[in-house]
Amino acid sequence: MVPLWMFLTVAAALFVIGAYGVLARRNAVAVLMSVELMLNAVNINLVAFWRFSDPVASVSGQAFAAFIFVVAAAEAAVGLAIIISVYRSRYSVVVDDVDMLKW
Amino acid sequence: MIDVPSFAELNLEVALPGIFLALFTTVLLIVDLFIPKDRKITTAHLTIGALVVAFVLNLPAFNAGETAMNEMFIADAFAGFVNMIVITGAIITVLLSVDYMKRSGIEHGEFYSLLLFSVSGIMFMGSANDLIVVFIALELLSIPLYVMAALRHDDVKSEESGIKYFILGAFASAFFVYGAALIYGATGTTNLPEIFRAIAGADGIVATENSAMIYLVIGAAMVIVALGFKVAAVPFHMWTPDVYEGAPTPVTAFMSVGAKAGGFAGLLRVMIIGLPLLVVNFGDAVETMAIGETITVPSAWQTALWLIAAATMIFGNFIAISQTNVKRMLAYSSIAHAGYILMAVAAVGTVQITKVAENDYTMVAVYAESALNGALVYLLAYTFTNLGAFAVVMSLENNDGSGTMLDDFNGLSKRHPLTAAMMAFFMLSLIGVPTTAGFIGKFLIFDAAIQAGLIPLTIIGVLTSAVSAYYYVRIIVNMYLKDAAVTDEAVGLTPYVNYATIVAFAGTLIFGLFPMLALDLLASSGAQIATLLF
Repeated sequence: MVPLWMFLTVAAALFVIGAYGVLARRNAVAVLMSVELMLNAVNINLVAFWRFSDPVASVSGQAFAAFIFVVAAAEAAVGLAIIISVYRSRYSVVVDDVDMLKW
Repeated sequence: MIDVPSFAELNLEVALPGIFLALFTTVLLIVDLFIPKDRKITTAHLTIGALVVAFVLNLPAFNAGETAMNEMFIADAFAGFVNMIVITGAIITVLLSVDYMKRSGIEHGEFYSLLLFSVSGIMFMGSANDLIVVFIALELLSIPLYVMAALRHDDVKSEESGIKYFILGAFASAFFVYGAALIYGATGTTNLPEIFRAIAGADGIVATENSAMIYLVIGAAMVIVALGFKVAAVPFHMWTPDVYEGAPTPVTAFMSVGAKAGGFAGLLRVMIIGLPLLVVNFGDAVETMAIGETITVPSAWQTALWLIAAATMIFGNFIAISQTNVKRMLAYSSIAHAGYILMAVAAVGTVQITKVAENDYTMVAVYAESALNGALVYLLAYTFTNLGAFAVVMSLENNDGSGTMLDDFNGLSKRHPLTAAMMAFFMLSLIGVPTTAGFIGKFLIFDAAIQAGLIPLTIIGVLTSAVSAYYYVRIIVNMYLKDAAVTDEAVGLTPYVNYATIVAFAGTLIFGLFPMLALDLLASSGAQIATLLF
């Protein structure tokens, strides 16, 4: 069987790639995709931890993963709506162009 | 294999205030469709009515100490107090919004539904007894706020603040769940008291050799990062000034108290109930102890919170000095105030280890109770004071969003003596001058921090409070000692805003003069948490 550490490594790699995407991508839609990648990395973690703990005792790992799907969908819906609203006024979804406010 | 609990076993009546509000909001969304556009004030009245009902429903839930939904939800004095803070804050916010939304042309019935969704999220956060609930509550409080920040969609600034808040908020949520997943992996449970028991171990001491320790430490760190984003702690504060300046002012006012109360409720729940005894590297100290001896050690996350709190207080206060826009100044001041509350959270992390017998130790987070009281009373004081300050800023704000500069306060005492006097009082409360609620909050937090042995942090807190006096008093000076160049009318000074200012003023004054009112409400929460710890 595939050991736990392999799952955790894949999840950590996905999470880091997602975090890099959020910080480095300039397109807001790509940033949103990167956030989804981070959340899915967590899902891998949760399900792997659930599988390798006592599977019958508690399903909270799976339940948590299911909740993350739902919340990720809600977040994507709101995020895309805001991005479209920004696009309508500026004809751009590049994050660097959204820079009116600065200290 | 899996027991499906019966409806009665879910014990839903314990969660009634939050459930009522969430259901009512769903209905309100539909009802609002039938309310004509020029009478949206009805929606505001319904919203206030629902908040009052939730407040009343909250009273019996207070101190019930019962759990609901398979121990995922708990109604104790902590939850009741957080509910009271956020419901009062939301009522003041609605009063502030009514006229503001109308005169800036963004009056939508959905605004009130979004506000109520966010409020119910904060209420669930206060009652969360499980990492899953903390996560759901975090999202329920944040997602409506992203929309509310971008509500002024004809204004590029508002849109910008919405998208910035959204990206950083979603980023922080991902950190939170990653941390929660690691804590789940280390302890095998998402229930906070069970996490506590798993960490404390059967004989009352953590197995330091456990490989799960590394998951726990990384998990705790990521949870602190994520909730640090939500409460705007340095170095995770970057979004705060931009979002606060760009968002419509009532939304900013609610964000600065509501989202902060929610974030701190989550942080306190996770840290006090779940992870207070997460101690690493005490092996040598324990081995040389005699039987009956007691030592005090910091928990693994205390140093991190210590540094964050110190950085937050210093940075927030010093940058606030250079601000000329009062809205932006209040944003930095809200960062600084997060630092003071973080000080209380850090105080929880002082753990006493007693050697009872050979290989038998007990561990107690002794200062959890006083720190919790300090944090909650501070949040209450801050809610009233800051909403009051924002109410005054709003009454001076013009329809296009201008009029919030420092110079716009010049000579306010002559034009609007009552408003100026109340603003001066709010500023004194934010500094922490005696007879104001802000003083009581600061006093309790400094007291808890000193008890917990965080002397340098307390000194930083006192010094930065003195620094903060500079920029708060500057507003008072402008209002009383300078003459106005312009004498334009304060367009926002409507009856509703006046009510809101007076409610906030009354709260700041009453809790400043009679702090026992708040402390009595909290008296039993400490007891409940103490039983958990012993």
